[in-house]
Amino acid sequence: MTDLAIEATGLTKSFGQTKALAGVDLAARRGTVLGVLGPNGAGKTTAVRILATLLRADGGTARVNGFDVRTQAAKVRESIGLTGQFASVDDDLTGTQNLVMIGQLLDLPKKAAQVRAAELLEWFELTEAAGKQAKNYSGGMRRRLDLAASLVGRPSVIFLDEPTTGLDPAKREDMWDVVRSLVSDGSTVLLTTQYLDEADALADEIIVIDHGRVIAHDTPHGLKRVVGGQRLTVHPIDPARYDDLVTVLDEIAQADGRAPEGDGRGSVTIQVDSDEVLPDVVARVRAAGIAVDEFSLHLPSLDEVFFTLTGTRSGQSHVAEEILS
Amino acid sequence: MKKRINPRHALVLAKRNLIKLVHTPEQFIDVTLQPVIFLVLFTYVFGGALGGGSQHSYLEFLLPGLLGQTIAMTSITIGQNLHADIDKGVFDRFRSLPIGRAVPLVGAVLAEFIRYAIVCAVTMAIGYLIGFRIATGPLELLAGLGLAICFAASFAWVSVFVGMTVRSAGAVQGVMFLLIFPLSFGSNTFVRVTTMPGWLQAFVNVNPLSHLVSAVRDLMLGGPAGPQIGWTFVWCAGLLAVFFPLALRAYIRRA
Repeated sequence: MTDLAIEATGLTKSFGQTKALAGVDLAARRGTVLGVLGPNGAGKTTAVRILATLLRADGGTARVNGFDVRTQAAKVRESIGLTGQFASVDDDLTGTQNLVMIGQLLDLPKKAAQVRAAELLEWFELTEAAGKQAKNYSGGMRRRLDLAASLVGRPSVIFLDEPTTGLDPAKREDMWDVVRSLVSDGSTVLLTTQYLDEADALADEIIVIDHGRVIAHDTPHGLKRVVGGQRLTVHPIDPARYDDLVTVLDEIAQADGRAPEGDGRGSVTIQVDSDEVLPDVVARVRAAGIAVDEFSLHLPSLDEVFFTLTGTRSGQSHVAEEILS
Repeated sequence: MKKRINPRHALVLAKRNLIKLVHTPEQFIDVTLQPVIFLVLFTYVFGGALGGGSQHSYLEFLLPGLLGQTIAMTSITIGQNLHADIDKGVFDRFRSLPIGRAVPLVGAVLAEFIRYAIVCAVTMAIGYLIGFRIATGPLELLAGLGLAICFAASFAWVSVFVGMTVRSAGAVQGVMFLLIFPLSFGSNTFVRVTTMPGWLQAFVNVNPLSHLVSAVRDLMLGGPAGPQIGWTFVWCAGLLAVFFPLALRAYIRRA
């Protein structure tokens, strides 16, 4: 038994002419979160489906909890939980019926399945809606029910495929808390996401995939060092002061040999290594007499990450993979 | 490593399908209104001409046949429902659970038994109202209904296979109707085989529905049912042996 809960080597998968995975290696240590970062169509969902035994790889090997996903699929299924991008709950069933059904399929006695269902419904704040059909749930409630369904059997390895896509920011934070508590209970989580801040907030290690290939594998800290840490975006109230603002920010950015970037909508962005430069920037902008209405510090967007790693923008390369699978 | 079909898992999923059925009552039209309309229409439209002037004697002949036809037709919906169901996320959930691969399909077929039971009850009740009486006893009646249900549950796998194979739910109905129409009319359901040309008799005599209808007729009206029951079971076994693996393979491929 290794200390790797998930390990895959050289996974390949094609759908017709489309190469969804072109040799993906990944590994997650027991009790950690592996973040898989990539745009739509990068192959994230395909990789998750292969690891969760829903799809067979064309080539390569993968083991979950030490069991081969191809030859020991039944063993793998005993210890995994899967939450897909599209909530996989039964619309005609109530919240309780959905969870009790899963419990019984996992061989819990009826009573125990009911207890576990009530427990999960409470954890995910669905107790009030427990008796309602899932078709009447809001998007966020369905997501929560879906996640609850994947946790019925207390799986030791959990696959979360873009669990927060489409959730509002508050619900997103709630989902993050759930992931953290799962890991503190000893589970291993593989989480796919399109947001660097999400991977940064949760993952112990991050792999970045694009066009079915791993283009970076690092800790969040290491990845941020490569892609240049945080971004500071400033927007002047008066568009006429744009050039002055660029000059001011250029002086700060020059120190690191980087140039400010405009976004074409009147904002200027520079890379900063930490928030320690903030007071300095504020002071200089004020000294130059430029009034601003946006002053924000954020992690690079996926697009910026990709630009740094590959030199091309990610947005145009969407393949039909997510739809196909 | 294959996981076997656990009957308890199948029952859990049968319950799921039952809940879904109950939430869409229109799913019961083909097992409630349809047998009523068919029985009344055929009895009174054709009875006079085909029963030698006696609608009552035609009803006796017709009812076991219509039972076979209606119960075969109920199989259309399972293919349609599974076709629509399988593309939903919940089937991903089933596939990621440590249960036998075929369990979701078996559960769906088990849930159909409630519809088969309704077909039997409605057909017998309406038949009784318009004058049908069994000539044998309650045991033979139950044996006849049981045989019809057994045939329906085997034939359902054809529909499951079609549902897993075609591209749209509407196409399931088209293909199944194309199959059931010649089987039900090219049988001894409506008229005696001896009135047909020889080449058609050859088809009718091997038609599984003919065997089922003959067996049910003998069981309800009295007759040497043994051989026909035997042939019906042979057909059931054959349908299962061919279409269960085909349906399962098509289901797994679709994943």
